[in-house]
Parts: sequence; C-alpha cells; structure tokens
Amino acid sequence: MEAIQNKELIKGGEFLIKEIEANEIFIQEDFSEEQLMMAQSCKDFIAKEITPRLNEIDSQKDGKLMGELMTKVGQLGLLSVGVPEEFEGLGMNFNSSMLVAEALGGAHSFAVAFSAHTGIGTLPIQYYGTQEQKAKYLPKLGSGEWKACYCLTEPDSGSDANSAKSKAVLTEDGKHYIINGQKMWITNGGFADVFIVFAKIGDDKNLTAFIIDKEMGGITMNEPEHKMGIKGSDTRQVFFNDCKVPVENMLSERGNGFKIAVNILNIGRIKLSASVSGGSKTALNHAVNYAKERKQFNVSINTFGAIRHKIAQSAIRIFATDSANYRCGQNIDDAFEAFQAAGMDVAQAKLKGFEQFAIECALMKVHGSETLDFVTDEAVQIYGGMGFSADAPVDRCYRDSRINRIFEGTNEINRMLAVGTIIKRAMKGELDIMASALAVGKEILSVPSFENDFSTDLFAAEKKVIKNLKKTILMVAGAAVQKFTTKISEEQEIMMNLADMIIEVYVAESTLLRVEKLIGIKGELAYSVQKDIALVYLQEAVTNIENAGKDAITSFATGDELNGMLMGLKRFTKIAPFNKKDARERIAAAVIEKNEYCF
Amino acid sequence: MKILVCITNVPDTTSKIEFIEGNTKLNTASIQFITGPYDDYAVSRAIELKEQTGGTLTVLNVGTAETEPTMRKALALGADDAIRINAEPTDAYFVAQQIAHIAKQNNYDLILMGRESIDFNGGQVHGMVGQMLNIPSLSPVMKLDLEGNTAKMLREIEGGKEYLEAQLPLVLGCQEPIAEWKIPNMRGIMSARSKPLLVVEPASPEMLTAVSVFSLPPAKTGVKMIAAEDAASLIALLQNEAKVL
Repeated sequence: MEAIQNKELIKGGEFLIKEIEANEIFIQEDFSEEQLMMAQSCKDFIAKEITPRLNEIDSQKDGKLMGELMTKVGQLGLLSVGVPEEFEGLGMNFNSSMLVAEALGGAHSFAVAFSAHTGIGTLPIQYYGTQEQKAKYLPKLGSGEWKACYCLTEPDSGSDANSAKSKAVLTEDGKHYIINGQKMWITNGGFADVFIVFAKIGDDKNLTAFIIDKEMGGITMNEPEHKMGIKGSDTRQVFFNDCKVPVENMLSERGNGFKIAVNILNIGRIKLSASVSGGSKTALNHAVNYAKERKQFNVSINTFGAIRHKIAQSAIRIFATDSANYRCGQNIDDAFEAFQAAGMDVAQAKLKGFEQFAIECALMKVHGSETLDFVTDEAVQIYGGMGFSADAPVDRCYRDSRINRIFEGTNEINRMLAVGTIIKRAMKGELDIMASALAVGKEILSVPSFENDFSTDLFAAEKKVIKNLKKTILMVAGAAVQKFTTKISEEQEIMMNLADMIIEVYVAESTLLRVEKLIGIKGELAYSVQKDIALVYLQEAVTNIENAGKDAITSFATGDELNGMLMGLKRFTKIAPFNKKDARERIAAAVIEKNEYCF
Repeated sequence: MKILVCITNVPDTTSKIEFIEGNTKLNTASIQFITGPYDDYAVSRAIELKEQTGGTLTVLNVGTAETEPTMRKALALGADDAIRINAEPTDAYFVAQQIAHIAKQNNYDLILMGRESIDFNGGQVHGMVGQMLNIPSLSPVMKLDLEGNTAKMLREIEGGKEYLEAQLPLVLGCQEPIAEWKIPNMRGIMSARSKPLLVVEPASPEMLTAVSVFSLPPAKTGVKMIAAEDAASLIALLQNEAKVL
C-alpha cells in the first residue's frame, strides 16, 4: 500500500474526465507477502478439497457436502477476511477480500457458495445491522459455524426487485413480524442457518429487510434446482409460511430494504469480477495444457498461430480485468478511509465508499463476466472435439461461466445502471462532465492540435489516445443527453453503446497504468510482454469504441450534426499502427512456456 | 518436547530448469520456490505432535534471505520460531554441519526433515546429522507416534514396511502419509511476521563437494506404436534398437 504515492482522492466515475497517474493506482503486484500467502492458501484449498471432488459436488448426491466444505473454509479463516476484528474477523481491507475472491474463483460451484455467504449473506448484517445483530451473527458467520443466504428474487420479481410480493405483518402484541412469501434462486438455501429476507410491510412502496434464523420455523423449500451450470450450488425455492420473526430482527429501518439490496449488490458486482477472473485463469490453464499435449499433423497444436492467437487474447483480457479490478478495489478502500476520517462510522463509511464507486463496480461486473465467457468459449475451441465431451474439464468451465452474465444484475441492467448513474451525477453537478463535454464540443469545431506529439515519455502517445477516447465518450454521451434529455434511459441501445465505450476506456487505461507502474519498478525489459498486452488491448479498445460510437451517433444524429460528430469520432479514435500479431505471438509464447496464465 | 523441523526451499515441480554461467548455476530468475514437499509432511506431523505434547516447534533452513517467505509459511502453519542459517545449501555435509551445530546448543527431542530435498535429491542430511549428534536417524518414516519418550514408527523398506520403536532423541527423514499436508489459516498468516526469525551465520564453512557442471536429462524420444498383431516387429525393435532382449 506504501507503493501508492501522492494520491489525490478520486471520485467514482471521475476517470472519464481526469488524467490519472500510474503511481496513483494499486496494482496486484503491490500485494504484500501475507496477502499473497492468503491467496496461496485459497489455491491450496481448491487443490486439496475441491478439485478432487468436483463431480461429487456437482451431483449434490451428498446434500451435506457443500455445507461441510464451507465449514472447512471457515476454519481456515477465509469467511472472515472482511469481518471487523471487533466481531472476531480479520478486519482486512476490501482489496484483500477481492484477492481472496479471485483466488477461490476457480472453485466452480464452491466459489458461488463462498461468494453468496461472504457477500450478500454476511454484508447486509455487517453494514446495516445493529450492534446487537452484529455481535450475534458476525462471529458465527465469519467462523463458518452458521451459513447464510440472501432471499430477494421472487418468481415475478427479478431485475425489478422492488416489486416483490412477500409480506411482513406485525403481530398484535407488536413483538413479531409474520412473514409469508415465496423466494427463488436462493443460493445456499439448502444448508443456510441465516436468511436475509426482503418483504413488504403493509402497502409500503419499498421493501424491508429481515434477518431470519432457520430455527424460527415456517421455512420450507423445494429440492435443488436443475441448472445448466454451477450444478453443485445449492439453489432452491424457499417458502416462508407464517414465519415468526422478532421485531429486533428487522435489518435497518422499515422501507430501507431496497436500498440495502441495491448497495449490497454493488459490492457483489466488483467481487464477482474478481471471482470470474480466477475462473478465467483456470479455464485458460486447462486450454494451454491441452494445447501442449494434443498433437495434430505431428506437432503440438500450441505451435499453430490460430491457437496461439486464442491463448494470447484470453491472457490479454484476463490481465486487463485484473488491472481494473484492483485499481477499483483500492479506490473503494481509499474512499472508506476518507469517509471515516470525515467522521462517519465504519459501516456507514464503507457503504458510502461502495456507493461512490457503483459505476465502476457495474462496469467491471460486465467486463469480468464477459471475459470469462470469452475465455471459456475459446478454451472449448482449443480442445476441439474433446471440448464438447462432458469428460473434459472445460465442459464444466463453459457451463459454469454462463450464469455470471445473469446474476448480480444482468449485464444489460448493469450497463444501464453505470451510464444512468454517470448521467444522474452529471445532472446533479456531482461529476463535472458537462464542462468537459462542452469543451469537447468546441474542440471538434477547431483545428486539431499537435501539441505533445513528440514526447518520448513512456506511453506518452498511448495516454493521448486514452484522453481522446474519453473525449469520444463525452462527445457521444453529451449529444445523446442533449437529444433525449431525461428520456435517455429509455434509449436502451444507446445506453448499451455508451456503456461499452466507457468499459473499454476504463479497462484500457487501467491496463496501461498497471504496466507503466510495473516498468517504473523494474524496467521495460522485465515487463516487455505486459507492455505488449497493454498495447494490444488499447488497439482493440480504440476499434470497439469507434464502432460503438458510430452505432450510437448514426442512430440519433443526421445531416451536419452527424457529419461533424463522425469527423470528431475519426479524429479522437486515431492511433498509430501497431503489429498486434507479433505482440500476441510474444504473449502466447510467455503463457505457453509457463504452461499457465503467468502475469 | 522440543521439536526441530528442517525445511528446504526448492523450485516448484512445474518450473522450467535452466542453467547459467557455463552450466554451473541454476537460473532462478523466473522460478517459483516452495517448501520441499517431503518437508511439508514433516512440518505437518510436527505441528500435530506439538499440539499433542504441548511442546515447542522450531523450523530451520539453510538458505539466503530469499527463503524467508518459505520459512514464514511454516510459522503461519504453527511453528513457534525459525532459524535461518545464512548460506547457500549446495552441499549435504555442509548443511548437516549447520543443523548439528544448532541442535547441539538446543537439545531437541526430535529432529524431523523430509526424506530428501527435491532439488538435489541427496537424501543424506538426516543420516549425517544423526551421526554428528551421535543419535539414531531413520528414514523414510511414514508414520510416527510418541508414547512418552518412545517413538513408534512405520518405515518403508525394500519390498515392504517395518514397524520400529526407538527412544528419543531421534533424527527422522519423513514422507507421506506421516500427516496430511496442511494449509496455513488466515490468523496464522497474519501472526507469522511477528514470530521470531533468527538469522545466524554458518558455523563452519567446510564443504566436501563442489558442482563442476549441471546437465539436463536427454529429451524423451517419441513412443513407437506397434500394431498388436505385429509381435515380430516389436521383438526386433526390443532386440536391435532398445537392446533389452
């Protein structure tokens, strides 16, 4: 953490209008020996307890197995990494729990059970619970003695969570709420001791959250769902039939449930991105090993350019995801500290921190899960016919990957949420985007500037490209908001285009800054492959941003306005040619030599 | 009960081995180092015995400063303190001398180590240490229980196993399944840095061997597939090419 110097506190979404220095961001190479040892313990746990039993876990024949594995991981202390020390946890920072999520991300269904327990299961109590609630639940959730689940989704309320129909009615003596309702897709439902349940009181507009112990009674459930993937994850429909909950088990205040649900999901999103990065590495490693063993035309197929291209592209995207994930994780940690220093209590400061970076959390959920889909798809392709066999390990990777684009808010919801939040903050004046967008508007009409074109500083040209990509986004978003005003959120296709552009610039910039920081530490020679990764990613980001931008502006602009913006787009997406093929070859060679993802 | 476990810091088994400086030195540039797998079993059993007997557990490594993360892993697992002899461990006699020197000052009841390191695979150090301390040494021990001052052991021998009993103090080379390997828990990891790690200079510089040159084993040649019905070709190849018949 000492590695970050001269840090100026950055706000969520501000990356769009601010130039960030390499030494301002946290990179995973900054993790301490202890943190790396924690990650190694996670990997050892997977090797010892999970990998040998993957089929058994997925079969769910032994209904107790997942609960037992959760108990074991609890004994290692891995369920209490983020739980405050006051409640017998380790009280480590958020980026440490991101690292743990990534290290356990290759554990297939187990990773889902782990994430649900430590995230949506534990955090509502940690951040919204009273002192008594925290003292009662957090030590046992942190040790793994109790397991938790989160009951929000209902048959008719998925993405529109606040429309849930479950009801909570106060008893006449005022001592209990009687809860009735049906919840579905409840991860860990079958073995959970503690249920975080969202229901409406009377005709309230908003949900209220409750902590329900299994032993309070009135809880029944269906058999585990049959799913396409994450088959070992115990996912059930849970029914609450006159479940009698003491009033002191209400979480936060009446009507605060929707806010809790939304804020907890923010955190879950960025951690999901860390977790799927671990999954991506597992899939790529399977593919790299297979490509070495598999011989066709008398040579290993890893010698073929088409295969090496897939290996390189997978490694590039994983590296990029990690770069942005840990940058964002540290931003969140810094925000916690700042809010706490300003006098907020710990839980409140944490919530504020997550809220501040809700944009980045949503963007990374999308990017991480789509990287995993890309990597697993290419892993199956590298396996060829064998990849279609249910006996190949990539079969499980492929099936388990798919849910990640759906849960924790679908990627479409997350794209709209990220862009919508940026626009909302800009309108409120919290994010000074309007001034920057106006400046870009003027620049389009002026003669192009050639200043700084001859700088020899590392990545000087690439940083100018990033700056211009941000201008592209401001140009397109500014014009769209001007056109549709407050109705912009109804223009979903344009919102998707904008989200794609914003994701690319955030991830490309994070990748470039990570590599710049690395080169600053050990020199260009030691990190030449990482440099290739950053440069290839940037080239592709430019193409993607140009395409998405063109899609958006041609949909709403015409005539001179359209021509002006197309010219702006061309000017702002200019980048010097670069031999991506040779760079990918060097990246693939490095991964193949190590026989695994090695950055 | 005072237990000493000697651990090695060796290249991960998946590392690509390369030599530099005229094939006299291992290129450590991109190698991931780990605790020797046999040593891991020794540490795991020592932790169990420490817990059973309420004794103390010290880990020792002959190595340079780069080995300290490996030592801290043992501390994270449950060792009480660590001693690092600040020297390159290239010669079994040299390493044994260092261990014996420390052991003489501390009167350990039990000295455990892996049956062999997985870099040089000498498998000699436990025997030498036993000789230097004038106490029995046994290897490879697959099972170890203590009853008072008596160690009850199962040892692998040519073509079978033998059950042994011996009085402490002892030097033992360990192998699986003496204990299940353990994973450091989070509290252990966080407390490892605050446990004592003593660095001492080597007691005696005497080395009996020096590396002249390393060489990699020859690359494996391809497998020849012979059709099941073509036994004659197989016999011909075994006689004329492989020259084993």
